[in-house]
Amino acid sequence: MNRPRGVLTLIASLFLLAAPTLAAQPPAASSEFVPATPGSATEQLPAAPLLVAAYAFVWVAAMVYVWTIWRRLNKVEADMHALERKSRAAR
Amino acid sequence: MKRLFVPLVVVTGVLFAIVPFLIANAPYESTMGLIQKIFYFHVPSWMAMYTGIGVCGVASGIYLFRNNRRADGYAVAGAEVAVLFGLMGLVSGPLWGRKAWGVWWQWDVRLTTALLLELIFIAYIMVRKYGGPGSEKLAAATALFGTATAPFVYKSVDIWRTVHPKTSVVPELLAGSMPGAALPFGLSALAFVLLAILFITVRTGLAHRQAALDDLYLELED
Repeated sequence: MNRPRGVLTLIASLFLLAAPTLAAQPPAASSEFVPATPGSATEQLPAAPLLVAAYAFVWVAAMVYVWTIWRRLNKVEADMHALERKSRAAR
Repeated sequence: MKRLFVPLVVVTGVLFAIVPFLIANAPYESTMGLIQKIFYFHVPSWMAMYTGIGVCGVASGIYLFRNNRRADGYAVAGAEVAVLFGLMGLVSGPLWGRKAWGVWWQWDVRLTTALLLELIFIAYIMVRKYGGPGSEKLAAATALFGTATAPFVYKSVDIWRTVHPKTSVVPELLAGSMPGAALPFGLSALAFVLLAILFITVRTGLAHRQAALDDLYLELED
C-alpha cells in the first residue's frame, strides 16, 4: 500500500470508528427544565400511576415511621414505669 | 425546642395541606409532562435526607470527640430520618426514571452513590442495633464517613457525565426558568425539611428516654 493511500485509509477508518462512537454518547445532562407548550402530547406510558405511586409511597413511609416511633415510645414508657415500681418496691 | 414544637407541627401541617394543590397547578415541563411533577417531592426528599445527615454528622462528631450522650441521641435520630427520606428519594426516583428515561434504574454515578449513601446510614442503624456494647462509637465513626460522602453524592452530577440532571436545575428553577414552578417547589422543600426536623425532634426525645431507661436498669443492677 503506498503512503497517500494508507493515510486516506487511516482517515476513513478513524471517521468510520468515530461516527458510531460519537453517536453512542448519551445526551448531555440537562441544566434546567423547559416549560411545555400548551397542547403538546409526548406521553406514551401513562404517567399518572407512577406519580400517584411515588406520592403514596412518601406518605405511607412517613406514616409508618410515625407509627414505629409511637410504638417504641410507648414501650420505653411502659418499661420505665415497671422499673420505677420495682425500684420503689426494693426500697 | 419544646416551645417551638407545636408551632412547627402546625406550620408543617399547613404546608403539607397547601403544597399538593400548588403542585397540581404547577406548569407541565416540555419533555417529561406530568411525570416531572415527581420532582416536587423527589428533590425535597433528598433535601430532608441531607438535613438528617447534617444533624447525624455533627452530633456524631460531638459524641465521638466530647463523649456527649445527648448528642448521641440526636445522631441516631438524624440517621433514621436520613434513611427514611433517602428511601423516599430512592423509590420516587426510579418511578420518575421509568417514564423519563425508559428504565427503572441506571448504574449511573449519581444513582449509585445515592444508593451507597443510603446503605452507609442503614449500616449505622444496624451497627447500633446489633453491635453490642460500645457500638455507639463505631456507629458515630460510620456516620462521619457517611457525612463526608454526602457532598460528593450531591456534586457527582456536575463532576461526571450522567443521565441525571445537574445541580443547576434547582437554582435555575428558583430563578424563574420555569414560571410558576418556584413557589410549589420552594414550599414543598420547606415542608419536607420541617418534617425532617420534627421527626428528628421526636426521635431524639425517644433516644433520650431510652438512655434514661438504660441508666435505670444499671442503677437497679447495682
